[in-house]
Amino acid sequence: MSGVMGLIVKRLGLGLVTLLVVSIIIFGAVEMLPGDLAQQILGQSATEETVAQLREDLGLNRPAFVRYFEWLGGAVQGDFGVSLANNRSVAEQLAPRFANTLFLAGLAAVIAVPLAIGLGVMAALYRNSVFDRVANVVSLGAISSPEFFLGYILIVFLAVQNQVFPAISNVSGDMDFGTRLYRSMLPALTMTLVVTAYMMRMTRAAIINLLASPYIEMARLKGVSRSQVITRHALPNALAPIINVVALNLAYLITGVVLVEVVFVYPGVGQLLVDSVTKRDFPVVQACCLVFAATFILFNLIADVGAILSNPRLRHPK
Amino acid sequence: MSNFMIAYFFLLIAACCTAAYYQYRTALLLLFSLVCVSLLAGLLGGESVLINITIAIALLAASAGLAYSFRETLIQILPRGGAKLMRTAPLTASFGLLLIIIYIIAAVFAPIIAPYGEAEVIAGAFAPPDEVMILGGDQLGRDLFSRLVYGARNTVGIALMTTAIAFVVGTVAGLSAAVLGGWIDQVLGRIVDTLMAIPQLIFALLLLTIVGTSVINLTLVIALLYSPLIFRLARAVAGNIVVMDYIEAARLRGESTWYLVIKEVLPNATAPLAAEFGLRFCFVFLAISALSFLGLGIQPPTADWGSMVRENATLISFGEITPLIPAAAIALLTVSVNFVVDWMLHISSGLKE
Amino acid sequence: MADEKSVLLTVKDLRIEGYSDEKWIEIVHGVDLTLHRGEVMGLIGESGAGKSTIGLAAMGFTRDGCRISNGTVEFDGMELTSATRSERRALRGSRIAYVAQSAAASFNPAHKLIDQHTEAPLLHKIDTKDESTKDAIELYRRLRLPNPEEIGFRYPHQVSGGQLQRAMTAMAMACRPDLIIFDEPTTALDVTTQIEVLAAIRDIVDQFNTAALYITHDLAVVAQMADRIKVLLKGDEVEEAETRKMLEDPQEEYTKTLWAVRSFKRKPKPAPKKDETPLVTVRNVSAAYGDTKVLDDVSFDIYRGRTVAVVGESGSGKSTTARCITGLLPPIGGEILFDGKVLPPRYQDRTKDQLRQAQMIYQMADTALNPKKKIGEIIGRPIEFYSGVTGAELKKRVDQLLDQIELEPSLYYHRLPSELSGGQKQRIGIARALAAEPAFIICDEVTSALDQLVAEGILRLLDKLQKDLNLAYMFITHDLATVRSIADEVVVMKEGKVVEQGPKDVMFKPPHHEYTDLLLSSVPEMDPDWLSNLLDERGVDNIGEAANKS
Repeated sequence: MSGVMGLIVKRLGLGLVTLLVVSIIIFGAVEMLPGDLAQQILGQSATEETVAQLREDLGLNRPAFVRYFEWLGGAVQGDFGVSLANNRSVAEQLAPRFANTLFLAGLAAVIAVPLAIGLGVMAALYRNSVFDRVANVVSLGAISSPEFFLGYILIVFLAVQNQVFPAISNVSGDMDFGTRLYRSMLPALTMTLVVTAYMMRMTRAAIINLLASPYIEMARLKGVSRSQVITRHALPNALAPIINVVALNLAYLITGVVLVEVVFVYPGVGQLLVDSVTKRDFPVVQACCLVFAATFILFNLIADVGAILSNPRLRHPK
Repeated sequence: MSNFMIAYFFLLIAACCTAAYYQYRTALLLLFSLVCVSLLAGLLGGESVLINITIAIALLAASAGLAYSFRETLIQILPRGGAKLMRTAPLTASFGLLLIIIYIIAAVFAPIIAPYGEAEVIAGAFAPPDEVMILGGDQLGRDLFSRLVYGARNTVGIALMTTAIAFVVGTVAGLSAAVLGGWIDQVLGRIVDTLMAIPQLIFALLLLTIVGTSVINLTLVIALLYSPLIFRLARAVAGNIVVMDYIEAARLRGESTWYLVIKEVLPNATAPLAAEFGLRFCFVFLAISALSFLGLGIQPPTADWGSMVRENATLISFGEITPLIPAAAIALLTVSVNFVVDWMLHISSGLKE
Repeated sequence: MADEKSVLLTVKDLRIEGYSDEKWIEIVHGVDLTLHRGEVMGLIGESGAGKSTIGLAAMGFTRDGCRISNGTVEFDGMELTSATRSERRALRGSRIAYVAQSAAASFNPAHKLIDQHTEAPLLHKIDTKDESTKDAIELYRRLRLPNPEEIGFRYPHQVSGGQLQRAMTAMAMACRPDLIIFDEPTTALDVTTQIEVLAAIRDIVDQFNTAALYITHDLAVVAQMADRIKVLLKGDEVEEAETRKMLEDPQEEYTKTLWAVRSFKRKPKPAPKKDETPLVTVRNVSAAYGDTKVLDDVSFDIYRGRTVAVVGESGSGKSTTARCITGLLPPIGGEILFDGKVLPPRYQDRTKDQLRQAQMIYQMADTALNPKKKIGEIIGRPIEFYSGVTGAELKKRVDQLLDQIELEPSLYYHRLPSELSGGQKQRIGIARALAAEPAFIICDEVTSALDQLVAEGILRLLDKLQKDLNLAYMFITHDLATVRSIADEVVVMKEGKVVEQGPKDVMFKPPHHEYTDLLLSSVPEMDPDWLSNLLDERGVDNIGEAANKS
């Protein structure tokens, strides 16, 4: 197992380095502002003194790399600085919203993952059948539609014409689980639609690829029945591609959440990010970006590690 | 039970039986699933749902018919090569092709087709549809239809330009990396990996906050963020080509890198790259629409579908479908391009066998 | 085995269709086949002849996108095309077994060999797990696999290719079937490994009196394995006969072209003068890919107008030597001399004229010609590049070259490579090399992808060009017939080292170096007794050892 552990440690290390580089990019991007942050906040009309004063307050006179390490050190400890818009701690605003976003993404994943894998495997097993063709066209349609289009369609049909779910998902921390679930249903369904389509197509492709392997034909030529070919010969090898597909789509899910949150006015990180971008509230924007990027990198990492762990060639080295 | 429902189920079941009798397996399976869905939907949602289903089926049938007649017309009027190609097109692809042509016409002849100007205020806010304004007015009283037509020009035009820039950058870098190899390949690969470690939409939001929203900034930022994806594909495709012996022969002849990229590799990479162009256009188009929808993309008063959805979004809660129309325009174009790309990929994969 | 001669498998008017371009196209056009118990039939043909499709159909199986449209397949009294799915399934693995071309891909990477071996016996309720495991070890022993006790408990990727192929044969034997379909089982193996597998297969089929369909494109191999041979061409039967009769007296024109033994022999050339400077000298060259050393102190000379054949198995460093000479892989030690002068190690540092002097012809003409360029462009580019000639003058030169390679210029100038046959493409490759007007050409397995007759045409052409233009050739090959017909000197390589070298006549006469002997004797010959004689000569137990040492 030492070979596998080595690979995984290497991969984790690479993930960490990537995250570090990404944090530099996120920090550096704000540094590249024309003029500087103080000038930006106060605008063109500000006097030299007020700008200098703000610069002093924000600590902008110190070299960039010192501020970067301060910022990074704070971020690691959960301190993202203070919002420019309302002087509140960024972390305080971010934490409950991050929990909300995770809840929404988790809900969508719980619906989408089994559905997509089931449909994908079915489409692969019965490929070129009516089911496969219909699934192909429908999933292509779902992928091609912007998230807000799907969101509004769901609102029209499930919130306005038939009042099944609320159109606006105002969840809060003190809500019980049932109400929360009920209010988050429409945004979760919207995300489910898109992610299921992607995941289903990727699963289908992976399984078809797998079923074309010579060892599957060999199993059939040994007289193994169709269902046993799937359970005994295809599934142990399907694990790797499926883990990969799921992790990649969860990574996508985390970022796809931005638009959906705006459509349903859902109080998550995406909503916060968009608001802060409009207000040019840089510390909040940086924090949100870092959180999104870290989650994204994490899921890509899981995809890679999953692929390593489920590969029999790597699990049983020579 | 209303007459509509009785007629609905009667017709459906009759169609089912006909299909069963003549052993049309596909039709039977489709129709019977429809019966099941309708029973369930009718039970839960009542007549209105069934009416919606009927409208959807009618729309589908109409589009299928349109696509079919379009394909057959093309087969008749095109020269032999084109006709042969069209014969292999599934209905979805021919439907996509037709729609793409309509979009192009709308974009090119926008000032002629649109009855009013892009930013011309002609009525009250949210005026209902009438003979003059077939889709009604928007939140400032501008003609929705005119803005939709101009939107084709702006939204699609900007997306096309962005994709083209991303494509030139990504392809040239990708092919060169494959041909040159060595440390250049390594460095480019690392840069691309890092750029792709940040979700595109998030990265775009960050960069647009810094550089501010203008059409040029938008184009450049999106092009920058999407070129790594194209780089990867171009690198992969070219990676398979540069190991060919004819590339080795050209290298040993002493040919320049430029000659290798343009004359030896590129001609063999065009087919997968063309399909990729279609796919990437869809992603870029969706990304720009998403940013516009968030108010960070194309700025008013320029007519743009993403912003139009945002501007009219309040109407949704009154059950008006006005904001859905520009959204549908976006979805229809991407679906169409995807259908055509799907067909192209199918053809090129068939040629390989 | 009450009746040795009783019929086991009867195929009548078998027609198989494949689905492509939205319609069904017939790919096997009515083939008949009768196989008796204990008999081995060889199915032979080029790729696309439908051999594998017919082999699978004998199990009542068709690949996805194929269907049996007509005809019957009767196995031991049971009609397979009309049998139910479960009836067919009951036969597969238990009474008819299959051995695939690539064992590495056909073993499931997720399970141990032994579990895959015992799967069929357990499934068909023939054996218990313990019994079957014991039997597997016994079969591994009979197939002369190393460590038969424990090899089954490894995963496929932990076992070498030749051993996997034998383990797959053991797996096919697990239920002691009446019939085994061997689908090109040795095609992917090296010659010295091939021998072991061939001997093992032949032994075990003999021991259990199993009938077999042996599918291959290699005549010499089928001559060793089969009692009867059936020749196929594009889904049609050409002819069928007893092996010896077929080899001695083929009836059909197509079979004769397949059987045509290389008649081409070249007159030996006088040895080079003592004081002549070699055109190319490889002097103490060592090379490595990363940290792996692949060439170790390789030296030989090539003289003007002469041919050096470099012989060895895959991984012996033949092609790497060529890469060092052309400058694609700069050596880590030693040097390459051209006409007495040291060449820069990297091709990027060589002058245009140095590059022009050494040209290459490749094994796979398909990958050697840019599929998007017309023949005229392909041949014209080196002329244009080196001499700057353009326009009508260039066209004239290209036409001359097409004449030289015996292709009609007006017919081929505007064609794309995909519109040419394999032999014609190889000729274009030769013309492109000639276009540079070189003194030296490296020919990398140029005939191994071609049919015998076509290959001979190419060899004759190369020989003629050598005489006309006083060219020096370095001929990389594993085919001894080619070496015999065209070489002046022979260099034998193994694991990156030169094992033996010298003039052809000396090399083909004993005494050989031990490895040269093994290599030369391992290449199958068309004589049906070749394998038996060889095994007698080496001693049955020695063949495994000799090969394992390599």
